[in-house]
Amino acid sequence: MLKWLYIILPLILLSPEITAGETPEEKGLAIAIEAERRDTGWKNQLSDMEMILRNKQGEESKRTLNIKTLEVENDGDKSLTVFDNPRDIKGTAFLSYTHALEPDDQWLYLPALKRVKRISSTNKSGPFVGSEFAYEDLSSQEVEKYSYKWLRDETLNGKETFVIERYPAYEYSGYTRQIVWIDKSIYQPLKVEYYDRKNALLKTLTISNYRQYIDKFWRSDSMLMVNYQTGKETLLNWKNYQFNNDLDERDFDLNTLKRSR
Amino acid sequence: MKPLLFIACLLFSFMASAHELTASVGSETRYFPQEALTPPQNYHFNQSFVFQAEYFHEWDDDRQLFAVTPFFRVDQHDPERTHFDIRELTWLKASNRWELRLGIRKVFWGVIEFQHLVDIINQTDLVENIDGEDKLGQPMLNLALINDWGTLDLFVMPWFRERTFPGTKGRLRTQPRVNTDLSRYESGAKEKHVDFAVRYSHFFGDWDIGLAHFYGTSREPQLLTTVREGEGVLFPFYDIINQTSLDVQATKGNMLWKLEALHRSGQGETYNALAGGFEYTIVGLLGSVIDLGLLAEYHYDERGKEAPNIFDDDIALGTRFAFNDASSSELLAGLLVDKDNGGKFFNVEASRRLAARWFLEMEGRFLFDQDPGDPGFSLRRDDYVELLLTYYF
Repeated sequence: MLKWLYIILPLILLSPEITAGETPEEKGLAIAIEAERRDTGWKNQLSDMEMILRNKQGEESKRTLNIKTLEVENDGDKSLTVFDNPRDIKGTAFLSYTHALEPDDQWLYLPALKRVKRISSTNKSGPFVGSEFAYEDLSSQEVEKYSYKWLRDETLNGKETFVIERYPAYEYSGYTRQIVWIDKSIYQPLKVEYYDRKNALLKTLTISNYRQYIDKFWRSDSMLMVNYQTGKETLLNWKNYQFNNDLDERDFDLNTLKRSR
Repeated sequence: MKPLLFIACLLFSFMASAHELTASVGSETRYFPQEALTPPQNYHFNQSFVFQAEYFHEWDDDRQLFAVTPFFRVDQHDPERTHFDIRELTWLKASNRWELRLGIRKVFWGVIEFQHLVDIINQTDLVENIDGEDKLGQPMLNLALINDWGTLDLFVMPWFRERTFPGTKGRLRTQPRVNTDLSRYESGAKEKHVDFAVRYSHFFGDWDIGLAHFYGTSREPQLLTTVREGEGVLFPFYDIINQTSLDVQATKGNMLWKLEALHRSGQGETYNALAGGFEYTIVGLLGSVIDLGLLAEYHYDERGKEAPNIFDDDIALGTRFAFNDASSSELLAGLLVDKDNGGKFFNVEASRRLAARWFLEMEGRFLFDQDPGDPGFSLRRDDYVELLLTYYF
């Protein structure tokens, strides 16, 4: 499906700039395809994450974890997440094979019992370890996950952006729509507004401090998710991105999950 | 390679790799509201402290690992519960098509929540908790062969670990008590009998399956009666058994279907046992972020009342609340009902983080209407509530 789009779409849409007769839907899709094209081919990556949870009263709690990700062509990525802090969940590991339109395959490893549990993943809208991020906010963003509509071009904090609206295709998504501000120069999102199932503004994600790795791929150092309905927020600080690692499918199987530390 | 050079290389790789040392200490207080069945057990409060450390290295691009996990508990009343164990002392080497794991380890098999029917590699550390989830470290050589069609795990276990049992002063024990000094074995090699196991595991779409065979010393002993110094006591008898088992889980949306089954020979009459059920999760209960899990399981053991456990013909119902908050609060409540005689076992477990290094757990276990023929009968006065506070260094 995706390969077919790659061949056909550039023929129809010579550039993501609006062309004669292009509808806002076509333009939105073209932007999403271009964003995915530019972020394809990174193969695998390692990174550390610090997650700071803040409640309405400003009380903070912190989690640290590391994530290995394997790029999978024509499907969602595979990832292995291992928690380091808080200490009571240290060594807990989470293996996920994501899929665009079907439930992901997810396994949890509980180090105290040495037990691997396959877990239900139909609902991707649940909170990730008590944070304001849902599973679906953190998983890979394949083009097929949404349908699109370009709204307008806008300057956001001095950066030229495309503003597009996208509608989740996944039946159990927690959102009716999202509005995304995409930096025109790097085709990466700077801001996302999430609208809940009742179409009320639920939360806003602000993504900042993009850096380029291996001369090609842009990754942000900082993501702030603010939930308007609860007053809580979660800050993700990404550290130690590493590319070109010697990782393959074997590093994302159930045997590797069981020896994760 | 010359041994010295080999050791030097090994040391160098140790230095150049990730080291980590972590530890925790826990304070466990149990309150037993009822009078005990015998005078030596007759106290209401029991205080206990538990210490566990873990040291590990990873090197060779995380393809080799060394880990050691010592465990120690000191108990106020029961000297049998004051004990030390090496939970883990293991070296692991991972390659593309295989993993070799050598040393003392813990291995878990199974999918069911109320009991762990097919889980057989490790001996139960029964003095820790009657739920049977605490295990003694098992010495083993384990080779996993990793194929496209699944993983084949081969186990050789050269040393058997005896089950731990509470002493005279311990609550939550059989009446009369089990004297582990009198343990007997079917095999003349006793605990040196070499046990073997093989397990195939894989997943096919949303199905996860495990098929295993175990040959060796039964982890679950028969408890036989004898008289010592005028006192009737039980002693464990460890048979040599063959056990074939199956565990399956089908993950269908928010519904998990689970089944464990086994066929065992060599321990009295050949028998079958089964545990099956489901866990259904309501995600975002009533518009909140709380997940509610509903569990129902059926447990059957062909030995009936002869079975040394309480899962002979029982229905289990449970609820699991995951609050998805910053403190990772959870609450699990379960009820096990014996279909034949109406004996009931009620269980509640709750936990939450108090601060980054502090974790609090609460546990309550209550037995009702236990029939004299049931193993639960000797625990009928041992209802308890436990508070466990753990600090992580």
